[in-house]
Amino acid sequence: MMVDKQYLLDSRQMAEFVARGVLRFDEIVPDEINREVIAAIDGDGIASQPAGTPLSQCYPEPSPIGRMLRLPQIHGIIQSLVGPDPLFDHQAVHTRSANDVAAQGLHGDAIIDTRMHFDIQIMYFPHDVPLEMGGTLLLPGSHFRRVNEMDVARYQNFVGQMPIECKAGSMVAVHHGIWHAGRQNQTDQVRYMFKIRLNPTVRQFRLWNTHDLDGSTEPEVIYGAADPDAESIATILGRPEPWHEAADGRLEIVNRIKLWRFLTGDESYDVHYWLTRVENMPENRIASTLQKAG
Amino acid sequence: MPRQRQKVMILYLAYSALDAGVKGWTLYDGTGRDHHTTGDTTEPPYATGMDALLDGWRVIQFPQLNPPYPGTEYTTSFQKNEFIFEKLEEID
Repeated sequence: MMVDKQYLLDSRQMAEFVARGVLRFDEIVPDEINREVIAAIDGDGIASQPAGTPLSQCYPEPSPIGRMLRLPQIHGIIQSLVGPDPLFDHQAVHTRSANDVAAQGLHGDAIIDTRMHFDIQIMYFPHDVPLEMGGTLLLPGSHFRRVNEMDVARYQNFVGQMPIECKAGSMVAVHHGIWHAGRQNQTDQVRYMFKIRLNPTVRQFRLWNTHDLDGSTEPEVIYGAADPDAESIATILGRPEPWHEAADGRLEIVNRIKLWRFLTGDESYDVHYWLTRVENMPENRIASTLQKAG
Repeated sequence: MPRQRQKVMILYLAYSALDAGVKGWTLYDGTGRDHHTTGDTTEPPYATGMDALLDGWRVIQFPQLNPPYPGTEYTTSFQKNEFIFEKLEEID
Protein backbone atom coordinates (compact mmCIF):
# COMPACT_ATOMS: atom_id res chain seq x y z
CA MET A 1 0.00 0.00 0.00
CA MET A 2 1.36 3.39 -1.01
CA VAL A 3 1.31 6.19 1.51
CA ASP A 4 0.06 9.67 0.68
CA LYS A 5 2.80 11.88 -0.78
CA GLN A 6 2.50 14.39 2.05
CA TYR A 7 4.04 11.85 4.44
CA LEU A 8 7.12 11.13 2.37
CA LEU A 9 10.50 12.62 3.20
CA ASP A 10 11.56 15.69 1.27
CA SER A 11 14.84 16.04 -0.59
CA ARG A 12 16.64 17.83 2.22
CA GLN A 13 15.71 15.13 4.70
CA MET A 14 16.91 12.56 2.18
CA ALA A 15 20.18 14.44 1.75
CA GLU A 16 20.58 14.44 5.53
CA PHE A 17 20.10 10.68 5.56
CA VAL A 18 22.69 10.28 2.81
CA ALA A 19 25.15 12.53 4.66
CA ARG A 20 24.63 11.29 8.22
CA GLY A 21 22.99 7.87 7.87
CA VAL A 22 20.57 8.95 10.59
CA LEU A 23 17.18 10.65 10.64
CA ARG A 24 15.64 11.42 14.01
CA PHE A 25 11.95 11.97 14.73
CA ASP A 26 11.03 13.05 18.23
CA GLU A 27 7.68 12.08 19.78
CA ILE A 28 6.31 10.78 16.48
CA VAL A 29 4.37 7.88 18.04
CA PRO A 30 1.30 8.68 20.18
CA ASP A 31 1.38 7.78 23.87
CA GLU A 32 -1.49 5.31 23.49
CA ILE A 33 0.59 3.14 21.17
CA ASN A 34 3.70 3.59 23.33
CA ARG A 35 1.82 2.23 26.34
CA GLU A 36 0.46 -0.70 24.34
CA VAL A 37 3.94 -1.59 23.09
CA ILE A 38 5.38 -1.55 26.61
CA ALA A 39 2.48 -3.71 27.83
CA ALA A 40 3.13 -6.17 25.00
CA ILE A 41 6.84 -6.38 25.80
CA ASP A 42 6.08 -6.90 29.48
CA GLY A 43 3.41 -9.44 28.56
CA ASP A 44 3.76 -12.10 25.87
CA GLY A 45 6.47 -10.25 23.96
CA ILE A 46 6.50 -9.12 20.33
CA ALA A 47 6.00 -12.03 17.93
CA SER A 48 8.64 -12.20 15.22
CA GLN A 49 8.49 -13.46 11.62
CA PRO A 50 10.84 -15.39 9.35
CA ALA A 51 13.44 -13.25 7.65
CA GLY A 52 12.29 -12.26 4.17
CA THR A 53 8.60 -11.96 5.02
CA PRO A 54 6.96 -8.94 3.36
CA LEU A 55 6.51 -6.29 6.04
CA SER A 56 2.89 -5.91 4.93
CA GLN A 57 2.27 -9.46 6.23
CA CYS A 58 3.89 -8.84 9.61
CA TYR A 59 2.28 -7.47 12.75
CA PRO A 60 -1.45 -7.86 11.87
CA GLU A 61 -4.06 -6.11 14.00
CA PRO A 62 -4.18 -5.72 16.94
CA SER A 63 -0.36 -5.70 17.11
CA PRO A 64 0.79 -2.40 18.68
CA ILE A 65 4.04 -2.63 16.69
CA GLY A 66 1.90 -2.93 13.56
CA ARG A 67 -0.06 0.14 14.60
CA MET A 68 3.19 2.01 15.11
CA LEU A 69 4.63 0.99 11.74
CA ARG A 70 1.39 1.79 9.92
CA LEU A 71 1.23 5.35 11.22
CA PRO A 72 1.27 7.43 8.02
CA GLN A 73 4.32 9.39 9.15
CA ILE A 74 6.36 6.25 9.82
CA HIS A 75 5.00 4.48 6.77
CA GLY A 76 6.14 7.50 4.75
CA ILE A 77 9.65 7.40 6.21
CA ILE A 78 9.95 3.69 5.41
CA GLN A 79 8.59 4.08 1.89
CA SER A 80 10.94 7.01 1.18
CA LEU A 81 13.99 4.98 2.16
CA VAL A 82 13.31 1.37 1.14
CA GLY A 83 10.18 1.52 -1.00
CA PRO A 84 6.53 0.60 -0.67
CA ASP A 85 6.83 -3.12 0.11
CA PRO A 86 10.05 -3.87 2.00
CA LEU A 87 10.93 -7.18 3.55
CA PHE A 88 11.15 -7.89 7.25
CA ASP A 89 14.74 -8.83 8.11
CA HIS A 90 14.72 -9.20 11.88
CA GLN A 91 13.52 -7.49 15.03
CA ALA A 92 14.86 -7.18 18.55
CA VAL A 93 13.60 -5.80 21.82
CA HIS A 94 16.77 -4.42 23.36
CA THR A 95 16.46 -4.46 27.12
CA ARG A 96 18.94 -2.85 29.47
CA SER A 97 18.50 -3.75 33.11
CA ALA A 98 18.32 -1.12 35.84
CA ASN A 99 21.73 0.01 37.08
CA ASP A 100 23.54 -1.83 34.32
CA VAL A 101 26.83 0.03 34.02
CA ALA A 102 28.21 -2.17 31.25
CA ALA A 103 27.88 -0.48 27.89
CA GLN A 104 27.92 -2.36 24.64
CA GLY A 105 30.98 -1.99 22.43
CA LEU A 106 30.56 0.21 19.37
CA HIS A 107 29.62 -1.91 16.35
CA GLY A 108 27.87 -2.14 13.02
CA ASP A 109 25.08 -4.71 12.78
CA ALA A 110 25.24 -7.96 10.80
CA ILE A 111 28.43 -8.22 8.73
CA ILE A 112 30.41 -5.88 6.51
CA ASP A 113 28.02 -4.79 3.77
CA THR A 114 29.36 -2.73 0.90
CA ARG A 115 26.23 -2.39 -1.22
CA MET A 116 25.14 0.94 -2.63
CA HIS A 117 21.62 -0.30 -1.92
CA PHE A 118 20.94 -0.04 1.78
CA ASP A 119 18.74 -1.54 4.44
CA ILE A 120 17.32 0.60 7.20
CA GLN A 121 16.87 -0.03 10.86
CA ILE A 122 14.08 1.64 12.80
CA MET A 123 14.96 2.19 16.45
CA TYR A 124 11.87 3.07 18.46
CA PHE A 125 11.89 4.27 22.06
CA PRO A 126 8.45 3.67 23.65
CA HIS A 127 9.25 5.48 26.92
CA ASP A 128 11.23 8.55 28.00
CA VAL A 129 14.96 7.99 27.87
CA PRO A 130 16.88 10.53 29.99
CA LEU A 131 20.64 10.75 29.45
CA GLU A 132 21.44 8.77 32.62
CA MET A 133 19.30 5.93 31.28
CA GLY A 134 21.60 5.70 28.33
CA GLY A 135 19.72 5.22 25.13
CA THR A 136 21.41 3.99 22.02
CA LEU A 137 24.62 5.76 21.09
CA LEU A 138 24.81 6.56 17.38
CA LEU A 139 27.75 7.85 15.39
CA PRO A 140 26.29 9.91 12.55
CA GLY A 141 28.31 9.74 9.35
CA SER A 142 29.83 6.31 10.05
CA HIS A 143 27.69 4.39 7.55
CA PHE A 144 30.16 4.34 4.66
CA ARG A 145 33.04 2.99 6.75
CA ARG A 146 34.08 -0.48 5.66
CA VAL A 147 34.39 -2.31 8.94
CA ASN A 148 33.06 -5.59 10.23
CA GLU A 149 30.76 -5.64 13.27
CA MET A 150 32.63 -5.29 16.60
CA ASP A 151 35.97 -4.44 15.00
CA VAL A 152 35.33 -0.83 16.06
CA ALA A 153 34.60 -1.63 19.73
CA ARG A 154 37.94 -0.08 20.69
CA TYR A 155 36.50 3.37 20.02
CA GLN A 156 34.82 4.61 23.21
CA ASN A 157 33.91 8.19 22.39
CA PHE A 158 33.88 10.58 19.45
CA VAL A 159 33.32 14.29 19.16
CA GLY A 160 29.79 14.68 17.84
CA GLN A 161 28.49 11.25 18.85
CA MET A 162 24.73 11.11 19.38
CA PRO A 163 23.38 9.52 22.55
CA ILE A 164 19.64 9.11 22.10
CA GLU A 165 18.11 11.06 24.94
CA CYS A 166 14.46 11.44 24.06
CA LYS A 167 10.81 11.54 25.04
CA ALA A 168 8.51 8.55 24.67
CA GLY A 169 7.49 7.78 21.12
CA SER A 170 10.69 8.95 19.47
CA MET A 171 12.43 6.99 16.75
CA VAL A 172 15.43 7.07 14.48
CA ALA A 173 15.80 5.57 11.04
CA VAL A 174 19.39 4.58 10.34
CA HIS A 175 21.41 3.21 7.42
CA HIS A 176 22.50 -0.40 7.96
CA GLY A 177 26.15 0.63 8.29
CA ILE A 178 25.74 3.05 11.20
CA TRP A 179 28.01 2.40 14.17
CA HIS A 180 26.07 2.25 17.42
CA ALA A 181 26.05 0.82 20.94
CA GLY A 182 23.71 0.44 23.89
CA ARG A 183 24.86 2.85 26.60
CA GLN A 184 24.91 2.31 30.35
CA ASN A 185 21.63 2.49 32.24
CA GLN A 186 22.34 4.32 35.48
CA THR A 187 18.72 4.51 36.62
CA ASP A 188 16.67 2.07 38.68
CA GLN A 189 14.30 1.45 35.76
CA VAL A 190 14.62 -1.05 32.93
CA ARG A 191 15.12 0.43 29.45
CA TYR A 192 13.49 -0.81 26.24
CA MET A 193 14.24 -0.11 22.62
CA PHE A 194 12.48 -1.89 19.75
CA LYS A 195 14.49 -2.35 16.59
CA ILE A 196 13.44 -3.65 13.21
CA ARG A 197 15.54 -4.06 10.06
CA LEU A 198 13.99 -3.75 6.61
CA ASN A 199 15.29 -4.70 3.15
CA PRO A 200 14.25 -2.87 -0.04
CA THR A 201 12.59 -4.84 -2.83
CA VAL A 202 12.81 -2.07 -5.41
CA ARG A 203 15.64 -0.04 -6.88
CA GLN A 204 16.15 2.86 -4.45
CA PHE A 205 15.50 5.55 -7.03
CA ARG A 206 13.64 8.77 -6.15
CA LEU A 207 11.38 7.03 -3.64
CA TRP A 208 10.87 10.18 -1.58
CA ASN A 209 8.87 13.32 -2.42
CA THR A 210 11.12 14.84 -5.08
CA HIS A 211 8.99 17.91 -5.80
CA ASP A 212 11.71 20.06 -4.26
CA LEU A 213 14.62 18.33 -5.97
CA ASP A 214 16.80 20.94 -7.57
CA GLY A 215 17.69 19.53 -10.97
CA SER A 216 20.26 22.22 -11.60
CA THR A 217 23.72 21.01 -12.47
CA GLU A 218 25.12 24.52 -12.76
CA PRO A 219 28.80 24.56 -11.81
CA GLU A 220 29.23 26.01 -8.35
CA VAL A 221 31.81 28.49 -7.20
CA ILE A 222 34.03 26.54 -4.83
CA TYR A 223 35.90 29.36 -3.18
CA GLY A 224 34.62 32.88 -2.64
CA ALA A 225 30.99 31.99 -3.16
CA ALA A 226 28.81 34.64 -1.59
CA ASP A 227 26.51 33.50 1.20
CA PRO A 228 25.89 29.84 0.28
CA ASP A 229 22.47 28.46 1.09
CA ALA A 230 22.89 27.00 4.57
CA GLU A 231 20.37 24.26 3.88
CA SER A 232 20.92 23.50 0.22
CA ILE A 233 21.43 19.84 -0.69
CA ALA A 234 25.05 20.59 -1.58
CA THR A 235 25.61 22.19 1.82
CA ILE A 236 24.03 19.24 3.64
CA LEU A 237 26.08 16.72 1.65
CA GLY A 238 29.27 18.74 2.11
CA ARG A 239 29.03 19.23 5.87
CA PRO A 240 31.58 17.06 7.71
CA GLU A 241 30.79 15.33 10.98
CA PRO A 242 32.78 16.70 13.94
CA TRP A 243 34.61 13.37 14.35
CA HIS A 244 35.71 13.04 10.75
CA GLU A 245 39.43 13.25 10.19
CA ALA A 246 40.50 16.07 7.89
CA ALA A 247 41.46 13.90 4.91
CA ASP A 248 38.94 11.08 5.27
CA GLY A 249 36.24 13.68 5.85
CA ARG A 250 36.74 14.69 2.22
CA LEU A 251 36.38 11.09 1.11
CA GLU A 252 33.14 10.88 3.08
CA ILE A 253 31.77 13.71 0.95
CA VAL A 254 32.72 11.66 -2.13
CA ASN A 255 30.86 8.67 -0.66
CA ARG A 256 27.80 10.88 -0.20
CA ILE A 257 27.99 12.23 -3.75
CA LYS A 258 28.11 8.69 -5.12
CA LEU A 259 25.04 7.66 -3.11
CA TRP A 260 23.16 10.83 -4.11
CA ARG A 261 23.94 10.12 -7.77
CA PHE A 262 22.64 6.56 -7.28
CA LEU A 263 19.43 7.73 -5.62
CA THR A 264 18.68 10.55 -8.06
CA GLY A 265 20.07 9.13 -11.30
CA ASP A 266 22.00 12.36 -11.84
CA GLU A 267 25.42 11.02 -12.76
CA SER A 268 26.91 14.51 -13.08
CA TYR A 269 25.93 15.66 -9.60
CA ASP A 270 28.81 16.98 -7.56
CA VAL A 271 29.63 18.93 -4.43
CA HIS A 272 32.61 21.26 -4.33
CA TYR A 273 33.95 19.75 -7.57
CA TRP A 274 35.33 16.75 -5.64
CA LEU A 275 34.37 14.05 -8.13
CA THR A 276 34.33 16.11 -11.32
CA ARG A 277 38.01 16.90 -10.82
CA VAL A 278 39.13 13.29 -10.52
CA GLU A 279 36.76 12.13 -13.26
CA ASN A 280 38.31 14.58 -15.72
CA MET A 281 40.56 12.47 -17.95
CA PRO A 282 41.06 14.33 -21.21
CA GLU A 283 42.00 11.98 -23.98
CA ASN A 284 41.96 14.36 -26.92
CA ARG A 285 45.20 15.96 -27.98
CA ILE A 286 44.80 19.62 -28.79
CA ALA A 287 44.70 20.57 -32.43
CA SER A 288 48.01 22.45 -32.46
CA THR A 289 49.82 19.45 -31.03
CA LEU A 290 48.31 17.30 -33.71
CA GLN A 291 49.30 19.75 -36.42
CA LYS A 292 52.92 19.85 -35.21
CA ALA A 293 53.01 16.11 -35.08
CA GLY A 294 51.51 15.91 -38.57
CA MET B 1 54.80 -7.06 43.32
CA PRO B 2 55.32 -3.76 41.46
CA ARG B 3 53.31 -0.93 42.92
CA GLN B 4 52.80 0.77 39.57
CA ARG B 5 50.01 0.18 37.11
CA GLN B 6 49.62 1.28 33.50
CA LYS B 7 46.96 3.67 32.28
CA VAL B 8 46.43 3.62 28.54
CA MET B 9 44.89 6.39 26.49
CA ILE B 10 44.21 6.23 22.76
CA LEU B 11 43.62 9.49 20.94
CA TYR B 12 42.27 9.67 17.41
CA LEU B 13 43.53 12.87 15.86
CA ALA B 14 42.37 14.99 12.95
CA TYR B 15 45.53 14.26 10.97
CA SER B 16 48.86 12.51 11.40
CA ALA B 17 50.67 15.21 13.40
CA LEU B 18 50.76 14.89 17.18
CA ASP B 19 49.60 18.46 17.68
CA ALA B 20 46.38 17.84 15.72
CA GLY B 21 42.96 18.09 17.39
CA VAL B 22 41.35 15.14 19.15
CA LYS B 23 38.41 13.55 17.32
CA GLY B 24 37.97 10.42 19.40
CA TRP B 25 39.32 8.87 22.61
CA THR B 26 39.52 5.69 24.63
CA LEU B 27 40.87 5.10 28.14
CA TYR B 28 41.83 1.99 30.11
CA ASP B 29 42.85 2.39 33.75
CA GLY B 30 45.11 -0.35 35.08
CA THR B 31 44.89 1.05 38.61
CA GLY B 32 41.23 0.03 38.71
CA ARG B 33 40.17 3.45 40.01
CA ASP B 34 38.21 4.44 36.91
CA HIS B 35 36.14 2.35 34.55
CA HIS B 36 35.77 3.80 31.09
CA THR B 37 33.32 2.51 28.52
CA THR B 38 31.48 3.33 25.32
CA GLY B 39 29.73 6.67 25.26
CA ASP B 40 30.62 7.69 28.80
CA THR B 41 31.91 11.21 28.07
CA THR B 42 31.22 13.96 25.61
CA GLU B 43 34.34 16.08 25.94
CA PRO B 44 37.79 14.79 24.91
CA PRO B 45 40.39 14.52 27.69
CA TYR B 46 42.75 16.82 25.75
CA ALA B 47 42.33 19.26 22.92
CA THR B 48 45.35 17.89 21.03
CA GLY B 49 47.77 15.00 21.27
CA MET B 50 50.49 17.44 22.21
CA ASP B 51 48.47 18.59 25.22
CA ALA B 52 48.54 15.01 26.52
CA LEU B 53 52.30 14.95 26.16
CA LEU B 54 52.56 18.20 28.12
CA ASP B 55 50.48 16.63 30.87
CA GLY B 56 52.86 13.73 31.37
CA TRP B 57 51.51 11.02 29.05
CA ARG B 58 54.15 9.08 27.10
CA VAL B 59 53.48 8.18 23.49
CA ILE B 60 54.06 4.47 22.96
CA GLN B 61 52.76 4.13 19.41
CA PHE B 62 52.53 6.41 16.41
CA PRO B 63 50.29 5.40 13.50
CA GLN B 64 52.14 4.23 10.42
CA LEU B 65 51.52 6.12 7.21
CA ASN B 66 50.56 3.53 4.64
CA PRO B 67 49.44 4.25 1.09
CA PRO B 68 45.99 2.86 0.26
CA TYR B 69 45.84 -0.50 -1.42
CA PRO B 70 45.15 -0.05 -5.14
CA GLY B 71 41.41 0.15 -5.63
CA THR B 72 40.69 1.43 -2.13
CA GLU B 73 41.89 5.00 -2.58
CA TYR B 74 38.41 6.41 -1.93
CA THR B 75 37.38 3.91 0.71
CA THR B 76 36.98 4.92 4.35
CA SER B 77 37.33 2.50 7.21
CA PHE B 78 39.08 2.69 10.60
CA GLN B 79 40.48 5.88 12.10
CA LYS B 80 43.96 6.29 10.66
CA ASN B 81 45.51 8.68 13.15
CA GLU B 82 45.51 6.53 16.25
CA PHE B 83 48.09 7.56 18.87
CA ILE B 84 48.56 5.36 21.95
CA PHE B 85 49.77 6.88 25.22
CA GLU B 86 50.61 5.48 28.61
CA LYS B 87 51.08 6.77 32.11
CA LEU B 88 52.31 4.78 35.09
CA GLU B 89 50.63 5.44 38.42
CA GLU B 90 51.24 4.18 41.94
CA ILE B 91 48.55 2.05 43.50
CA ASP B 92 47.69 2.04 47.19
